[in-house]
Amino acid sequence: METVTITMKNPPALYLEADTISPDTFAGKTAEQIAGLPVYEGNVHTTLGKYFDVSGNAGATAADTKIIVKGDVKKVKYIGFKMSAGDLVVENSMDQYAGGWMTGGKMLVKGSVDAFAGTAMKGGELTIEGNAGNYLGAAYRGDWRGMSGGKILVKGNAGSDIGMYMLGGEMIINGNADVHVCTHAEGGKVIIKGNAKSKIGGQMVGGTIIVFGTIDTMMPGFKPAGETEMEVDSVKGTFAHYVGDTGERKKKRKGQIIYGDLYQKV
Amino acid sequence: MTEYIIKNGNVFDPVQGIKGDKADVAIKDGKIVDKVGSGAKVIDAKGKTVMAGAVEIHAHIAGPKVNMGRIYRPEDKLFTCTPTKGMERMGGGASIPTTFKTGYEYAKMGYTTAMEAAMPPLFSRHVHEEIRDTPIIDEGAFPVFGNNWFVMEYLKNKEVENTAAYIAWLIRVTKGFAVKVVNPGGTEAWAWGLNCLSVNDPVPYFDITPAEIITGLIEANEYLGLPHSLHIHPNNLGNPGCYETTLDTLKLAEGYKAKNKFGREQVMHLTHSQFHSYGGTNWGDFESKAKEVTDYVNSHKNITIDTGNVTLDETTTMTADGPFEHHLTGLNNLKWANIDVELETGSGVVPYIYSPSISVCAIQWAIGMEIPLMMKDPMRCYITTDHPNAGPFTRYPRVIKWLMSAKAREAQVNAFKHKDKVLSQTSIGTLDREISLYELAQMTRAGPAKSLGLTSMCGGLKPGMDADVAVYNFNPDKPVANPDDIEKAFSRCAHVFKSGIEVVSNGEIVSNGHKRTLWVNAKVKDNPQVMRDINEKFLKYYSMTQANYEALGHHFVPNPYTLEVDAT
Repeated sequence: METVTITMKNPPALYLEADTISPDTFAGKTAEQIAGLPVYEGNVHTTLGKYFDVSGNAGATAADTKIIVKGDVKKVKYIGFKMSAGDLVVENSMDQYAGGWMTGGKMLVKGSVDAFAGTAMKGGELTIEGNAGNYLGAAYRGDWRGMSGGKILVKGNAGSDIGMYMLGGEMIINGNADVHVCTHAEGGKVIIKGNAKSKIGGQMVGGTIIVFGTIDTMMPGFKPAGETEMEVDSVKGTFAHYVGDTGERKKKRKGQIIYGDLYQKV
Repeated sequence: MTEYIIKNGNVFDPVQGIKGDKADVAIKDGKIVDKVGSGAKVIDAKGKTVMAGAVEIHAHIAGPKVNMGRIYRPEDKLFTCTPTKGMERMGGGASIPTTFKTGYEYAKMGYTTAMEAAMPPLFSRHVHEEIRDTPIIDEGAFPVFGNNWFVMEYLKNKEVENTAAYIAWLIRVTKGFAVKVVNPGGTEAWAWGLNCLSVNDPVPYFDITPAEIITGLIEANEYLGLPHSLHIHPNNLGNPGCYETTLDTLKLAEGYKAKNKFGREQVMHLTHSQFHSYGGTNWGDFESKAKEVTDYVNSHKNITIDTGNVTLDETTTMTADGPFEHHLTGLNNLKWANIDVELETGSGVVPYIYSPSISVCAIQWAIGMEIPLMMKDPMRCYITTDHPNAGPFTRYPRVIKWLMSAKAREAQVNAFKHKDKVLSQTSIGTLDREISLYELAQMTRAGPAKSLGLTSMCGGLKPGMDADVAVYNFNPDKPVANPDDIEKAFSRCAHVFKSGIEVVSNGEIVSNGHKRTLWVNAKVKDNPQVMRDINEKFLKYYSMTQANYEALGHHFVPNPYTLEVDAT
């Protein structure tokens, strides 16, 4: 695997839309060609090389390419956009849309990310060592197809509206989550190891939410369904089971009505 | 203005009966002429196909429900935006493009005239503002009448003359073009929680049937002698078994003859016939009744149709048939928007994915193919996708590919997940007809122009007509190696002229032209009763005053082209 290291040398005054920073786009290119890739700063069309020092050539394919992003990229959006394979490491915090629409490969952000990380993600692994913003693994604005595959791990806390319209895949939040979890979800699994606030699973018709800590306010559309012993992410315990959202349309599988499942560790 | 001569192209012009002959087309002062001077700019069309600019007879491209779609579907613009480039302003959207992109995309495919298929009269100002912002193409808009309180009250008492006077007034103040009917009576019934699924279901309160609304509007339309006929989206759209309602609707036109000075021969235009040609009793035994519908239309010359081809895309359905959209959101569980338009109409919007792996969608695709292939007279059957309902208009080149190549259709049928079901529920497997370029010119140019009463203006290349000309990179003398070449050639024109101005060159926009708004000014005898009724309804029911209702002046209609009708 070849490694390309890009280091921020000239931080943008406006936000930089750098959807070209992905192993798929870098694949088969030399450091010089990578520096010439297009990016937008505001509405100005420029090149990656204006902001980053690029060293190392990419591999022949995305799977053969590892990208390390160094320096201050707090104002850079769309790193890892649509990546399908390879490795991507962001050493500090970045802005919105980390790993948006990614379908494969591994992306690691050592800092925090802003909103819309893992938007409509279909596969691969996205790990965030700091905190995640709002709309993690959610659908794009207006869309009804959120995260449908792959895995997201947040070691810190997550913002609001995570897993909105989630269809599949798995999301683990080691810390706490803000309001609205898995709104409208039809599938997938979200594990919150810390505490959750309110509107957990509103309008969900499928999928699973597991909360280890407290839930400030339960949705009125969820009804108790007993207790169950489970092993979640290598932790064994007793969980209270709720199903819902009973106020929403009911999906059927093999003639049986299915609901979204909400578990809370007892 | 620059003179042009388009030399040595293979010309297809049904208006003059030219079937691919090598000929020159001369352009001067915005018109097609016999000859031009030696200084005329020469366009070399050797080995290319030359046709008149195409005419869109039915698309939803401007107005409140299109904009509702744009507003509530930001995801439709995701990854489809195009930045400013040369003459082109930025654009975006796939199934509901921005106004600018709408104009550019039509022009690049060789379309120079388009009709907005459903204008809510109350929002005609909005419709005209969007039409104004859609560059290049000439546009008209059809105000909807099928659920209008005035119409229902007059026709309940069989007052055709009053209905005609009201239509003339409404078309004049809204700068409309034709009489459109959507689910007659049904959208109004829906305000009472009901629908009209047959032509005999009475409309609540008004106590009139869709059949009475339809025949009354045909009579009023012919009384006025409007350029276009009644343009109808019948009751019971999109339901298994709906073809019976469609046939009942078509039969209502029996005995009526067109009366107009525009050369139009039909009294009823059945739009998006694909959605109205379904058999079966549920989605499981859903089947094609294209043969039954086209058999009827083939033997009745006073009817024209358009296809409403399903293009197998993710799109946005939108119609003034509010109850249908509510039904649809219950089927696919996707977001639904609804608009009520006071005394006049309503509408709904729901995204829809025509997936090739769903048997119903594949059968819908096949029905859309069967109809034009079963229609004997291409002058009475026009290609549409009911944009954006069955697919975006930008897919016309693909529809053309399927119609012109049995091989392309076969490849598509083979690609369906439920191929056997498509073959058993439709007759697509038995149809080997391939639409010729001449027939294509009939179905996309001369035919729709005649149906719209625009035959003296557009849809042909006869000297004296508007110089709307499209030159395609398609050599009819060479065998088609790959059907995809057809799609490619019809996607981007080599040259397009609109009213004598070159607007597209090598597939790129080179001028925004001088787009016009086509509207019909029908003069009727003074009718104090209708004027009093209008006054009264505005005072009593409308949320706006009459003074704010009219689409008037440079802001709304900056470049009008008026078709005068005298019914006094």
